[in-house]
Amino acid sequence: MTLLTVQGLTRRFQGLVAVDSVDFAVQPGTVHGLIGPNGAGKTTLFNLVSGVLAPSAGSVRLGDQPLDGLPPYRRTALGLARTFQNIRIFSEMTVLENVMTGLHTRLSATWGILLRGPGFRAEERRAKAKARDLLAFVGLIDAADTRAGDLPYGDQRRLEIARALACEPRLVLLDEPAAGMNPAETHALLGLLRRLRDERGLTLLLVEHDMPLVMSLCDRLTVLNFGRRIADGTPAEVRAHPAVIEAYLGTGSHEVSVSRGAAS
Amino acid sequence: MWDALDDFYWTYQSLIHAIGVNGILALSVYVVLAVGQLSLGQAAFMGVGAYTGALLSVKFGVPFGVAMLASAVVPALLALVVGGPTLRLTGVYLAIATIGLGEITRIVFLNWDYAGGALGLSSIPERGGVVAIYGTLAVLLVGLTLVARSRVGRAMEAMREDEAAAGVMGVNLPRYRLVALVVSSAMAGVAGCLSAHVSSFIGPNEYGFEAAVTILSYALLGGIGSPLAPVLGSTILTLLPEVLRPLADFRLMVNGLIIVLAVLFMPRGILPWRIARTG
Repeated sequence: MTLLTVQGLTRRFQGLVAVDSVDFAVQPGTVHGLIGPNGAGKTTLFNLVSGVLAPSAGSVRLGDQPLDGLPPYRRTALGLARTFQNIRIFSEMTVLENVMTGLHTRLSATWGILLRGPGFRAEERRAKAKARDLLAFVGLIDAADTRAGDLPYGDQRRLEIARALACEPRLVLLDEPAAGMNPAETHALLGLLRRLRDERGLTLLLVEHDMPLVMSLCDRLTVLNFGRRIADGTPAEVRAHPAVIEAYLGTGSHEVSVSRGAAS
Repeated sequence: MWDALDDFYWTYQSLIHAIGVNGILALSVYVVLAVGQLSLGQAAFMGVGAYTGALLSVKFGVPFGVAMLASAVVPALLALVVGGPTLRLTGVYLAIATIGLGEITRIVFLNWDYAGGALGLSSIPERGGVVAIYGTLAVLLVGLTLVARSRVGRAMEAMREDEAAAGVMGVNLPRYRLVALVVSSAMAGVAGCLSAHVSSFIGPNEYGFEAAVTILSYALLGGIGSPLAPVLGSTILTLLPEVLRPLADFRLMVNGLIIVLAVLFMPRGILPWRIARTG
């Protein structure tokens, strides 16, 4: 069964149609890539799926559940998590607190916060343990008590992923997770994302410009250009698609530079 | 020794009351700032609480506990009503809307003959006093510290740092904003009621724009890293004019200069230490 179904999704900004009746589907347990030249509408599409922006038309479904009109926090509770293109961790908080914030919808303390009974303390202990597990998974356990803003860039990206995992998602949207990373960091990220799929059985939808990463990681790709879907298929199919070659290199070229080598 | 303490209390009675009341007001604006909103309506909520409590005491002679409860509930209801439309606004726009609320309440008190109109309400019975004021302050300090060290405290700080990211983490933003405003207005109302019952007189102009800015400056000076910070800010700002009294005519100037310098050189407040957000 399809995990994410996007149908006829459209978003207009005044005269500009940033996303133009896009359809695609993400299958559970896969890594689905969303690629396209700058300004193709990838981030807008992410914002529509996560509920940060409202669509002008079209629908989004997570499993059987229509997400249309739901605010971001409801979508999170239903199993959608995301990271941002320009890192948006809570920099004043510690690394551990950042991940615990991701657990927000999975915790239920209310009056216990003031009464501090055994129920509250047990829940808070569980939350801490869970957050530590996730930090260990992404390799940041030693930095648990560091101020998040003081982490090196690559670690902040990994923290953002750990925080998204804390939401206990069925689908994680990753907006350019490798942006600004050096080759070593990108390589480590590739390993981490593979483990998310293979060890945790998670489904990932990612926007990424790093083609070697995309081609070696993704099970399926959707290509956007000027807000429209121009191709959809396996990396090999997409790479050979004439419309994709034209979008990236213009007309008259016969070879796509992205086909050179994979990351690992 | 006991006599000396007694003398000290009688001499500085009103200052001791003011420090406690302003501490509660500082906490009330902290609650709003802690979710990343900016309210200049705290003085109005304080005024509504003060008039509610004072009217109940003067006209109906209700027990002080009932007056206190009503002075929390009435401003909270007002916040609930205005909160719906105004909390769609954020940042400076919410501040402007709350200034409007402050002016409206001031004009209502000014023209409400039953509540004394421009003359205000006088001969309010003396109730509560130091014990009630500092008891309330202590309860609120402990309560807000416990809230900060929980999932709610994490959600609040997340909202203040990056609202969109907090929403994506599953924080119900509209509800948090509304609850913060309602709780903060109830706190300001209680502060108004406590202060009305130790000063015997209240007037419509005590709760205007100037008071709202002063309350905001408590948290600006103190900081909002922990509930203790805004209370420290309000204590300093309440004491400062007294300490500077020997400067006579230069007093207000130096007072202002100290605030400007503190904000310029300590943008996170004089107590920037941040409380842990885990329970």
